[in-house]
Amino acid sequence: MTTTESDLVPLLKRDYKEGFITDIDSETLPPGLDEDVIRTISAKKNEPEWMLEWRLEGYKRWLEMAPPEWAHLHHPPVDFQDISYFSAPKQKPLLDSLDEVDPKLLETYEKLGIPIDEQKMLAGVKVAVDAVFDSVSVATTFKETLLEAGVIFCPISEALQEYPELIKQYLGTVVPPSDNYYAALNSAVFSDGSFVFIPKGVRCPMELSTYFRINEMNTGQFERTLIVAEDDSYVSYLEGCTAPMRDENQLHAAVVELVAMKGAEIKYSTVQNWYPGDEDGKGGIYNFVTKRGACRGQGAKISWTQVETGSAITWKYPSVLLEGDDTVGEFYSVALTNNYQQADTGTKMVHIGKNSKSTIISKGISAGKGQNAYRGLVKILKGAENARNYSQCDSLLMGDKCGAHTFPYMEVKNPSAIVEHEATTSRIGEDQLFYCRQRGMSEEDAVSMIVNGFCKEVFKELPMEFAVEAQKLLGISLEGSVG
Amino acid sequence: MLSIKNLHASIDGKRILNGINLEVGTGEVHAIMGPNGSGKSTLASVLAGRDNYEVTEGNVIYKDQDLLEMEPEIRAREGVFLAFQYPVEIPGVTNMYLLKAAINAVKKHQGQDELDAREFLKLIKEKAAMVEMKQEFLYRSVNEGFSGGEKKRNEILQMALLEPYLSILDETDSGLDIDALKIVAKGVNLIRSEQRSMVLVTHYQRLLDYIVPDYVHVLAGGKIIRSGGKELALELEEKGYGWIDELAAA
Repeated sequence: MTTTESDLVPLLKRDYKEGFITDIDSETLPPGLDEDVIRTISAKKNEPEWMLEWRLEGYKRWLEMAPPEWAHLHHPPVDFQDISYFSAPKQKPLLDSLDEVDPKLLETYEKLGIPIDEQKMLAGVKVAVDAVFDSVSVATTFKETLLEAGVIFCPISEALQEYPELIKQYLGTVVPPSDNYYAALNSAVFSDGSFVFIPKGVRCPMELSTYFRINEMNTGQFERTLIVAEDDSYVSYLEGCTAPMRDENQLHAAVVELVAMKGAEIKYSTVQNWYPGDEDGKGGIYNFVTKRGACRGQGAKISWTQVETGSAITWKYPSVLLEGDDTVGEFYSVALTNNYQQADTGTKMVHIGKNSKSTIISKGISAGKGQNAYRGLVKILKGAENARNYSQCDSLLMGDKCGAHTFPYMEVKNPSAIVEHEATTSRIGEDQLFYCRQRGMSEEDAVSMIVNGFCKEVFKELPMEFAVEAQKLLGISLEGSVG
Repeated sequence: MLSIKNLHASIDGKRILNGINLEVGTGEVHAIMGPNGSGKSTLASVLAGRDNYEVTEGNVIYKDQDLLEMEPEIRAREGVFLAFQYPVEIPGVTNMYLLKAAINAVKKHQGQDELDAREFLKLIKEKAAMVEMKQEFLYRSVNEGFSGGEKKRNEILQMALLEPYLSILDETDSGLDIDALKIVAKGVNLIRSEQRSMVLVTHYQRLLDYIVPDYVHVLAGGKIIRSGGKELALELEEKGYGWIDELAAA
């Protein structure tokens, strides 16, 4: 009758409800990567010559680089010649009308609970959605409503046709192609993603969101998202991701760039639920992502909130360059690793402007044999008078076979800076569970309550609907088979 | 209400309880006293269903049911309450949230309507006043940053809210100063009624100055070696636990 910590493990069994495969005819490039593949992708998208040159430059850089090995992650090397770099549903969707979209795709999004039909949306909870399926965007809603407010929200491939000057002006200015191995790869082969432009003084009238779906086998997804907020504008953007359950590992290497000008605010929220692999660690997405925002003007603010529950491997450090004076950078993160999942995630806050402030709240939950690492850099440059940083990293362990690791780095070049770091590690103990059960709660409800309590500081930063989804997701991730 | 017969229990192969016999009638308050290591807290834990203890012999009947067969949450919903010696902290979960989840779990199980937010708020404010707990504690994380006395008071608040049939108070008086002890005792006395039974587990007699028991039992070596009225506690206080050792050896 003796209970050990490992008896908690059955509580962590999960169903991955998004793990279905959509049976659809796709046009998929054969696996492999060379200049011709890049030329083909660029040609398929009818891109301007400079874009192709940019891609080829990224490819050249990538060839010269080696995969990063400093992260607390273990996986077999990725065979980049074994991956297809482009896959799209065969029927070319007309982006302006859902009637033209393959019903199988509509069904897919309906099953995922993602509203891509404007008509069917409930009044009051309007969210504009860009739905990206493998390498292409299949639908974008509320484009016209948004355009009336001056807001551009469209697939980046479309933006390259319609607003090439804006793309040329901003693309790669925050994350240059040479930034790192995966960013270079992404620059060479990126397929789709979203482009958002909020003009001066405009408060975006609704939440914007992009849902990424990987469907095709042996295909990598390399999306690129660019968000530009001009002076004194505001936008809240949400990102969600799912993929079918497959035995092979699949690669997802995205780049997200945010530009916030003077007084602008960008709030970027992610609920990442890529397929994490099965209980034995088979399959799952390798998620290597570069996300960075630049607060370019005085008083600009960028806030990253992420809930990372999926992927076999997560390598991700959403960062903020606090270039202007009085700028604010925030990072709120919940990362859950269960079974054999591994996460090495955190942030970089680079203080350049005077009175720049940053806040980092990171919550890592490890269960099963999961490994969870927080890696964060706070860098205060010489000119950043009165910079402030507060970092808090908390780890929660469930069971005795998982691990939590914290790697905080600080580089302070200005003596007026105040940098604070706090870290805690705790265990969901039998004591807490027994306490809740003695008050009449079931074991599952107790676990879910304790975990949600632990994540509360992050969840309150999420937009309402997303917070509910995130709570449910953790509930599902930790759902048990305790009778 | 509660009938314990020949209860033996061990932890990690070590025998702690060696044949406990105890009858607790409806409306009765029983105090169980004994030196450290006599098995007092083990008895409380076994009754509440903590599962690192192994019951090797004997049985426990609670309201005509086999208590030992029930999961801890079912025992709670059936009206068995344990006031913990060391209440745990649950960061990020407000006291309110836990209390509401608890009372509604009990109500649902007993076939009553669950309380909505408004009804619950009214009730909890009433109960908080009863144990002289400031309302701000309701909005704080469960026991986080609470002093020892506040934690114990929080246990009594939960007891007042859940209105259990059988309350087991595990060394509720330990670590309390006299003022805190009086407040806790006052709360317990307000809850005391002809329908509810209580088992007070305590090391010291002083709690019994404020909560007067109907019966006192002395536990040593995992067995009840002497039972009596409230005067037994005074005798024990006077003679000390050394006397118990003599009794046990005899």
